[in-house]
Amino acid sequence: MSDLHTYIHAVETATSAPALCEAVIQLAQKKDTAAIPTLIAVLGYNNPAAAQAAVAGLIALGDAVVEPLLAQLDGYNYGARAYGVRVLGSIGHPAALRVLLAAAQSDFAPSVRRAATKAIGTLRWQLIPEETAREAQLREALMVLQRNSEAADWAVRYAVGVALDHLHQQAAARAIREAVRLLLNRLSDRDPDIVVRSRCQLALQRDSLSMHT
Amino acid sequence: MTTVSEPVQLTVPQMLAQLQGTDTSCRYYAAWWLGKFGLETATAAERQAIVSALIMALGDEEDRTELGGYPLRRNAARALGKLGDRQAVPALIECLRCEDFYVREAAAIALGQLGDPHAIAPLQALLEGGVAMARLVPGRPHLVQPVEAVIESLGHLGATEAIALIEPFLAHEMPRVQFAAARALFQLTGAAEYGDRLLVALNSEDVQLRRTALLDLGAMGYLPAAEAILQAGVEASFKLIALHGILSKQLQQVGPAAQTLSLFQGLDQLL
Repeated sequence: MSDLHTYIHAVETATSAPALCEAVIQLAQKKDTAAIPTLIAVLGYNNPAAAQAAVAGLIALGDAVVEPLLAQLDGYNYGARAYGVRVLGSIGHPAALRVLLAAAQSDFAPSVRRAATKAIGTLRWQLIPEETAREAQLREALMVLQRNSEAADWAVRYAVGVALDHLHQQAAARAIREAVRLLLNRLSDRDPDIVVRSRCQLALQRDSLSMHT
Repeated sequence: MTTVSEPVQLTVPQMLAQLQGTDTSCRYYAAWWLGKFGLETATAAERQAIVSALIMALGDEEDRTELGGYPLRRNAARALGKLGDRQAVPALIECLRCEDFYVREAAAIALGQLGDPHAIAPLQALLEGGVAMARLVPGRPHLVQPVEAVIESLGHLGATEAIALIEPFLAHEMPRVQFAAARALFQLTGAAEYGDRLLVALNSEDVQLRRTALLDLGAMGYLPAAEAILQAGVEASFKLIALHGILSKQLQQVGPAAQTLSLFQGLDQLL
């Protein structure tokens, strides 16, 4: 324990950007849940390299991160919020669903909206065991994706495509599979951006490939 | 598609009247507004009226700054570039000789956007004297001529006759000018050496230069830069834009290839 404090102290007292980054990497390598609050704090330091290291460290710690991160999601610093939402998406625990849906719809920062939109697809939906409850929440998520598929920002629409690709491959999301396909088809035919169209085509191709193997 | 719109009560006829009015700050605003919203909202007849009024505004003598600049002319030139009507080309070429640097710069950019090869020779004239000419004006934040804008527009216009004229600017003292030259020369020749110059700049000490080089590489659609863009020490939102540029060009010109899969994976990671 005292060992970990040394590492936390190194993060808190680092005086240069490279030193901070190095200290965060060291702390993250300890894979200790007691490091979570410090790693979350680093997301708000406005140091992209250090934040990236903290993101990786938090993701590696898995579900234990979700509750403290939800409690500490920074309402003022949108950079920190975008990193936090990426962590929540990668861990994929459905406890984050409410926060992610709200962020995907109405966060003022595009970086947060697109990270949250993608995260809707990478949630581990099978962790909602009760089928009716799961389906209701999937439908709610789908509505948010449908709305964001009309966003002016191509990157948000691209994130919709990525989320749909993930949902399409999840057995736990079977209940909305047809609607997911429909939306993927629409985007791959009609989206004004060639990158968005092609990403959605890729998702549909992946599906036909897996059906033939 | 949802777009962020200006207050709804503003209309094309209103803004057109304002542009031709007497209040200089209203005229300035109207020129900007018509450039931004005119294309989507105007009828064909209104569009003609807008373009004529903006061309008139390029010769305005009323709106002057303390330093002798012509703000209305600047905004009119910018708007004409966005509206895409080549009627404006002769008047914009005329503006390349305006005493206001910012009018010359706006006109040079607009001429690149309008894509009319008649602009090539007059644009080239602004590079006369080469790197030795292109020095900072004492006490001002800009060079003697808007060389960055001119070089970029020559690139857009496909002006291969300007290659020899642009090449020396690769050695200009300002990195931004060097980048503009490399980007234009890549457009004009397709030679990898120019793309590679910007690739090297992704490692520069100054984050602002890293961002500029990264966006340039994206706008060029320089495929060999994709991996370096993903690794660069720049915010994810810049990488997204650059990678999107590379993928767009790749998909439009070649169609999906083996490499596009890893580019999509990179883009997915950046979200």
